[in-house]
Amino acid sequence: MANHSASHPAHVQHHFVDSDQQFDSAKLGMWVFLVNEILFFGGLFCAYIIFRAWYPELFTQAALQLDKVWGGVNTIVLIGSSLTVAMAIRSAQRNEIKGLRINLMITILLACVFLVIKYFEYEHKLHLGIAPGFFWNPAPEVTATLDHPQANIFFSIYYMMTGIHGLHVLVGIGLMIWLYIRAGKGHFSAEYYTPVEITGLYWHLVDLIWIFLFPLLYLIE
Amino acid sequence: MAITEAKKMTTLQVKRFKPSENPTNTFLTDEKGVWAWMTTVDHKKIGIMYLVAVAFFFALAGFLAIALRTELWTPAKTFIEADTYNQLFTLHGAMMVFFVLVPSIPAALGNFILPMQLGAKDVAFPRLNLASLYIYVAGAIFTFAALASGGFDTGWTFYTPYSSDGNGAGVIWVTLGVFILGFSSILTGTNFITTIHKLRAPGITWDRLPLNIWALYATSIIQVLATPVLAITILLLSFENIMDIGIFDPALGGDPVLFQHFFWFYSHPAVYIMIVPGFGIISEVISTFSKKTVFGYWAIALSSLAIAFIGFLVWGHHMFTSGQSAVATTVFSFLTFLVGIPTGIKIFNWIATLYRGSIDMKTPMLYVFIFLFLFSIGGFTGIMLGALSVDIHLHDTYYVVAHFHYVMMGGTLIALLAGLHYWWPKMTGKMYNEKLAQISAVLIFIGFNMTFLPQFIMGAQGMPRRYYNYIDQFTPFHQTSTIGSYILGVAFLIILYYLVKSLFSGEKAPSNPWNSRGLEWQSTSPPDFHNFDHTPVVINGPYDYHKPMEEFQLGLAVSHEGHDAEHAPAEVDTTEEKA
Repeated sequence: MANHSASHPAHVQHHFVDSDQQFDSAKLGMWVFLVNEILFFGGLFCAYIIFRAWYPELFTQAALQLDKVWGGVNTIVLIGSSLTVAMAIRSAQRNEIKGLRINLMITILLACVFLVIKYFEYEHKLHLGIAPGFFWNPAPEVTATLDHPQANIFFSIYYMMTGIHGLHVLVGIGLMIWLYIRAGKGHFSAEYYTPVEITGLYWHLVDLIWIFLFPLLYLIE
Repeated sequence: MAITEAKKMTTLQVKRFKPSENPTNTFLTDEKGVWAWMTTVDHKKIGIMYLVAVAFFFALAGFLAIALRTELWTPAKTFIEADTYNQLFTLHGAMMVFFVLVPSIPAALGNFILPMQLGAKDVAFPRLNLASLYIYVAGAIFTFAALASGGFDTGWTFYTPYSSDGNGAGVIWVTLGVFILGFSSILTGTNFITTIHKLRAPGITWDRLPLNIWALYATSIIQVLATPVLAITILLLSFENIMDIGIFDPALGGDPVLFQHFFWFYSHPAVYIMIVPGFGIISEVISTFSKKTVFGYWAIALSSLAIAFIGFLVWGHHMFTSGQSAVATTVFSFLTFLVGIPTGIKIFNWIATLYRGSIDMKTPMLYVFIFLFLFSIGGFTGIMLGALSVDIHLHDTYYVVAHFHYVMMGGTLIALLAGLHYWWPKMTGKMYNEKLAQISAVLIFIGFNMTFLPQFIMGAQGMPRRYYNYIDQFTPFHQTSTIGSYILGVAFLIILYYLVKSLFSGEKAPSNPWNSRGLEWQSTSPPDFHNFDHTPVVINGPYDYHKPMEEFQLGLAVSHEGHDAEHAPAEVDTTEEKA
């Protein structure tokens, strides 16, 4: 436990002794929150495992409806954005605010590319009547290759998993726009970049979850 | 940077700060007015607002319980319809579990006490703390919306297909309410874990943490690990209801038992979210009123973590009759017996603490004895329910209802009452009427046993739970139970009366009315806006009653402006003290 320090910089909230304590607390808090997120998605992964064990042939058939190429592109896009967010944190640590803003902007753009590709994937499927729940109304060219009474369950899981993941991407974009604006106002420096650091942690998790979703949904045979 | 500096510094300059008995500035006099309270990030005010909200829901759900018991006075209809009855018991259960028991001790008392026991100015994330209160309120609004849109009668467990066969918008609203409420619980847990790790005052090492903190730490771990699973379950259930996604509904190819697995993966650990903080309060009170070091500090501290850990592995014991495999039920039954071990460790250590202590039977201590008696019955009957062959007979009978009330009301709520009476002088700066408090404690003990002991007998004889009608032979049991519930109601009204009265005309509380060694008592009553007007320094364990009081009132002699060695009378070598 650190001593009461003589100076209390403006960014340190009143209940912290110093900047280090605030930084460590924020980081620990974020890690605990990430554990939360893993358990949250854990429920979905569990449902996936159960239903895949119940209907193995359904999963291999239905996965053919998903576009491996665009899924693969999206994976590369997200991994790239993880790199740029890490570079943003490094820029902040080196007090290079311009580099921080550029890297944040690239990350935001990559995240948007991910969502645009995702949008076209969804759009294509909904067009073919591959929709969750009682909107399920597959077109003849779908039923030709996918003939299974429980086919809609696979896509329910698909939409839940990718939908909630997409929501997390959206939240990440919002956070990074907020960081971008604050960086422009000169709020961050090598002394204080806590929000950049913990948003980066969050973004890595969003990326990591996609790395599990992609093979589980797209690449099964 | 500052951390390396602190490591180099081997001595801290400390002096004694005796808490003032007549504080002019307290957290109640700073930041007055409704708006200041609603926007405050002060953990003490947030704790008190949580307490008021929990008390409100407790009164509401308690009133429903009285109505249910009144309906059960006669074997047939007494005064309400069967459908209303189903809705009322669902509402009673859902409110008591999600709005009262889960947040009661951590969010209300814990919020107030935890930073003070750590010598911190606030929790790590004060704004998230305030957010958690508003999320709780939002969850409550959803529940009332559920009532307005026709109610729900699924039982508090929301089992599919009851909850997924499209029986109205009520289920969607209330489950979304519980979903929202979960975030409030998660935020509290995240906040507490971070605060305990990072915001401890100088000298509070892990072996000097109060046992209440250990209990809240274990609770927070469960909250963080279990609640998100409930969130995803409810989200899936909502989509099941809104657009038939077919995960849980057997008619669509889904699996209703999967819902039960998901639900109990949260809800079994959740009963430990409810009871473990109660254990923390019991440890504090029992030491203070025995004037004695807690027996087996590490045993009590680590058994909380053990309960948190094993608690995650026993959920299947709720599903012995749901068609689980025989192997799974056997394993779950065995693991259930294991939870009894850390719980037993706690009970024995508390009793050993009492041994040759200087016991003072003040109201909080009275509640501790009630707790030990009632909770032990609740625990033992839990072991019986965990035994496979017995459970097949007792499953879904009043025996389960009685067991659950003995652990949750006889355990958690009695511990909450102990904690409330223990910390009331600190929270409000006022003393309550001791005589009335003791009378109501005795009334609660009598009323509680009258209400729930007969339910064990009825259950063993086969009276199913949640039934609106019953056969004549159960009449005397049901009527005793109903009278008991009235006595409980009266006792709670007396408590409400003298606590509210104490706020207006209560005697002024001294800073440390029970002569406790706990750090939270070394502040003024009620505490300063920043809890302490100095940085507390701790050199002893929290239960070292053999050491003089002045050793527990130390603080850093260094002011914010820098070192001021001349005004520092005492010097404590922290490295030496640790040895």
